Amino acid sequence: MSARVDLLERSWADRPGFIGWVTTVDHKRVARRYIATALVFFVLAGVLALVMRTQLGMSENRLIGPDQYNQMFSMHGSAMMFLFAVPIMEAVAVYVVPLMVGTRNISFPRLNAFSYWIYLFGGVMIFIAFVLDIGPEAGWTGYVPLSSSDFSPGKRTDFWAQMITFTEVAALCVAVEIVATVMTMRAPGMTLSRIPLFVWSMLVTSFMVIFAMPAVMLASSFLITDRLVGTQFYNAAEGGDPLLWQHLFWFFGHPEVYIIFMPALGMISSIVETFSRRPIFAYTPMVMALVATGFLAFGLWVHHMFATGLPPMGNSFYTAASMMIAVPSGLQIFCWIATIATGRPRFAVPMLFVMGFFALFVLGGLTGVMLASVPLDLQVHDTYFVVAHFHYVLIGGAVFPLMGALYFWFPKMTGRMLGETLGRWQFWLFFIGFNVTFFPMHLLGLMGMPRRVYTYQAGLGWDLPNLVATLGSYLMAISVLVLVFNLWRSVRRGEPAPDDPWGAPDLLWATTSPPPSYNFERMPVVTGRHPLWVNADGDPRIDLPVLDGVRDDRREVLLSTPVDAIPVCRWALPDPSIWPLWSALALTVLFVWSIFDQWGVVWGAIPAAITFTIWFWPKRSDVSLRSDE
Amino acid sequence: MKPMRALLPVFAMLLAACGGVQSSLAPAADQSKAIDHVWQVMVWACSTIYLFTLGALAWAIWRRRAIATREGVSRDPMLSRALFAWVVLVVGLLTWFVAISFLADRRLHGGTPDLEVRITAKQWWWQVEYLSPEPARQFITANELRLPRDRTARIELRSGDVIHSFWVPSLSGKEDLIPGYTNAVFITPRRDGSFRGQCAEFCGLQHAHMALDVQVTDEATFRSWVSQQLRPASSPVTASALRGAELFNTTACASCHTVRGTPAGGRVGPDLTHLASRRTLAAGALPMRRDDLSKWLDDPQHPKPGNLMPAVPLSPDDSNAIVDYLMGLK
Amino acid sequence: MKRQMQSVGDVAGLDDHAFGSGTISWWGVTGFMLIEGMAFVLAIGTYYYLLHNEVQWPPSSDPPPLFWGTVFTVALVATEVPNFWIARMAKAQRLQPVRWGLTLMTVLGVGVLVLRAVEMDAMNVRWDRTAYGSIVWTLIALHTFHAITDVFDSGVLTVLSWTKRMSGRKFSDVSDNAMYWHFIVWSWVGLYVVIYWTPRWL
Repeated sequence: MSARVDLLERSWADRPGFIGWVTTVDHKRVARRYIATALVFFVLAGVLALVMRTQLGMSENRLIGPDQYNQMFSMHGSAMMFLFAVPIMEAVAVYVVPLMVGTRNISFPRLNAFSYWIYLFGGVMIFIAFVLDIGPEAGWTGYVPLSSSDFSPGKRTDFWAQMITFTEVAALCVAVEIVATVMTMRAPGMTLSRIPLFVWSMLVTSFMVIFAMPAVMLASSFLITDRLVGTQFYNAAEGGDPLLWQHLFWFFGHPEVYIIFMPALGMISSIVETFSRRPIFAYTPMVMALVATGFLAFGLWVHHMFATGLPPMGNSFYTAASMMIAVPSGLQIFCWIATIATGRPRFAVPMLFVMGFFALFVLGGLTGVMLASVPLDLQVHDTYFVVAHFHYVLIGGAVFPLMGALYFWFPKMTGRMLGETLGRWQFWLFFIGFNVTFFPMHLLGLMGMPRRVYTYQAGLGWDLPNLVATLGSYLMAISVLVLVFNLWRSVRRGEPAPDDPWGAPDLLWATTSPPPSYNFERMPVVTGRHPLWVNADGDPRIDLPVLDGVRDDRREVLLSTPVDAIPVCRWALPDPSIWPLWSALALTVLFVWSIFDQWGVVWGAIPAAITFTIWFWPKRSDVSLRSDE
Repeated sequence: MKPMRALLPVFAMLLAACGGVQSSLAPAADQSKAIDHVWQVMVWACSTIYLFTLGALAWAIWRRRAIATREGVSRDPMLSRALFAWVVLVVGLLTWFVAISFLADRRLHGGTPDLEVRITAKQWWWQVEYLSPEPARQFITANELRLPRDRTARIELRSGDVIHSFWVPSLSGKEDLIPGYTNAVFITPRRDGSFRGQCAEFCGLQHAHMALDVQVTDEATFRSWVSQQLRPASSPVTASALRGAELFNTTACASCHTVRGTPAGGRVGPDLTHLASRRTLAAGALPMRRDDLSKWLDDPQHPKPGNLMPAVPLSPDDSNAIVDYLMGLK
Repeated sequence: MKRQMQSVGDVAGLDDHAFGSGTISWWGVTGFMLIEGMAFVLAIGTYYYLLHNEVQWPPSSDPPPLFWGTVFTVALVATEVPNFWIARMAKAQRLQPVRWGLTLMTVLGVGVLVLRAVEMDAMNVRWDRTAYGSIVWTLIALHTFHAITDVFDSGVLTVLSWTKRMSGRKFSDVSDNAMYWHFIVWSWVGLYVVIYWTPRWL
């Protein structure tokens, strides 16, 4: 027994200290730093929001001028969407998915490390640009012609467009890794109909990333080339079209919000299932709902363009499609409530956040249905009504589940429980603060207040709701401080967590908290949807079926068929490596250089090609990739 | 109860704001009324669904329950039937919403216009051209729109630079002004009054200060306003105003602004022929008062930083003279 | 409750490599083909979107000259013959055929890229002249970039096959690389029809 553990520890260990930190390819270590970094960006973007809310607390306020304000809301939106929301959801998946499917690492460990560095460098670049007063100024949506070189001179928009390149490369890498992990690395016996709902949600999300991100890649690349080398994509005078930007951006932008939201749906299922102490009601319809949402999400983007003068018949089609996506969501709400109703619910902190999700996401979803209606949208589009809507669905629908998931999975990730009392305080502060901030904004929009304004006139009745919203934002800020404090304190002095503190059903909880570097001592096998709950005889499981034969003396996993999870082969995964970091640096140099000089693309490609080649070149030190002798 | 009484002024304020000059909740035209009808249906229906969902959740949490087992409950046929019924209800509700939206949308387009206006949006003001089959009856003004009650106006929308959005919530939904495109909205006002519009598509530094002053009057008042606008600029009378006119035409002013009937023919900035008859300055950034006009002239960047009007260095006397001239352009 | 582990089988007898959709690397390559394929689809969509705004297409030039574009396309499709062959050889794990096949594919790849350079030189619009020029050059540039990376990849595999021991995993890599070359060839056939024939069929 312990000989096996010793071998595993040696095969899967990282080198000690700083070298180990920069060369690790352990999905858990990479995911934890991804999550921590995303939370830093969340706080930074939140501070920007606080400053904006302070400016808007009073009419005709002169705290901040228009140029600074415009950069702030552009940074707030861009950082929240590109540097926080998508990366943190993917990061949680990078941690959880390999454990839930019963394997030892993610499918492309070095690519995973690379994606973190690229994400970090892109985020750092844009914040440096902001601090140097060359931050983006055209919103997170960067509409042309405002973002073209005529109306947005200098490097501001170029930095923004290139930041998109960085973050989209990172997101695409992770998406491919998750698809490959879920399709080939599942524990034998984990057929498609036995996959946990969170894994399903991440699989569908990853496909959405794969099909949506190319659109923003094209859009931002066209913008960069228009600005830097004179292409005419968006120039009406030479056959281009400003609406081309909107079509390409929103073809990405609408699925983007579902990319953020769908992992949260998976988190809700995990939490509801565990804390209702029964399987989710109607598993198959729940899976179909996720898949349907994933497909439908691609057919809605024109609802962001109802005011652009497109043919009314076309607009009406998008009304119908945009409303219909509420159907799978509605189905899921029903199934979760049914699960709670027929289970034995208990309300630990993760469940509190789920309750918050219900209260807030349903409201946001309903205002979404309102926005789907063309005539109504023509009134509230581009007003604070929309700001209210998307914060209800993004914070209510994604951040609340994320916070619940953090409380839920923190014990597994760190080996300590996150403080329960502080958690309750944090929840209520956040819930109340959120509603005080954003509910009045529905009213503001209906009363005529447009978005993206650095100030507003007195006497329009907007003063009081704005003041209330500002006060609410301070309450939210306090709650985030409580969260940060709770995280910091619990990591150091939290109650030690057992393997399975919540009595949950999936394989994630079949190993220690935190898991060893190799996740599972022996490769698990599953015979049902809830491996840790019930075996075929109806008794709670006290043993876990496992397979022998996967090597301990090198990094090896077991691959199985995509549908039925029948073992196919053993597969060696790579050892730690510094080359993902060097490659990310080389690519960063290429990306940043090309903002200033188009030849940067060519010259920068040389070091990038070298680092990538060395990355893939088999090295003597690469024990694992040497084959069987 | 004390808390309720404290909230009363809050509600009163909110109610007043709901009926404000830029509120979509106090519709004053056919188009905004059609939209308001959709809003009323949806807000009541959605609120009901919301409360129902929260109620179901509350029931789920607090209901009395027999000992539930881990398996078997999934196959509960009653729950499955309830799920099916719920999906049917949701689909039905959404279909109803789609239908009323489609019908309301049709009311927003078309109708034979009695009046045609062409608005060209620029950073950060509105050029407003009243069109007519007779060229001699066309005129240009800026940042204001006057409409006759009970007549349908077709507002053609173009952009001179970036994307803007024309929005007068009391009268109709919004429509973007996009370079290279020509869009249009129809407005049939049904109530006299003053309304406020505002650009609703982020268009740069002074997007926040790009308002439109809209006035709806009876037809007779409208026609007399049109006649007045068609006249060339009033000639300056006082010595100061005469000097102001001369300064205007010989310094930077005339290179950007037009005053019809004078040599000033610049087309970069707003037409100022009847400036003093307007109610606001600088697209709603300032009221149309002598002091404000004076402050604007001396430093346009202070109330509207980043706007495209430069501060022309003028002595206080010169500045005063120009203001006198401009205040006479009724 | 400490969980006991109960062994239900032994997989030591399984190979440490495989070919096709059971493998991680196959899904990786497939994932990237989906991403790049989607980018092509959207770029083609952009081409037709810009077209529908115009009265005349191409707006201010003749259709792209047919000769070099067709030569390139024919040559590219011809490389599928050795490509199919090498995929089979890799699956059969036959070292010498794979070595020579990879060498051939790399040389042919470079040759094809030279033809691409000639084709680009013969193009009759600039990317900065009109939106039409911009999108045509985008389509060609995107494809060229993917082709360059694959030829480079083939070159690296060629060197590896001659200098290192070819394990089952490495033969699997060759097979995945061949799959990607299919994508390079057939995505171009679609692009060729769009770029060279749309203006002629309108």
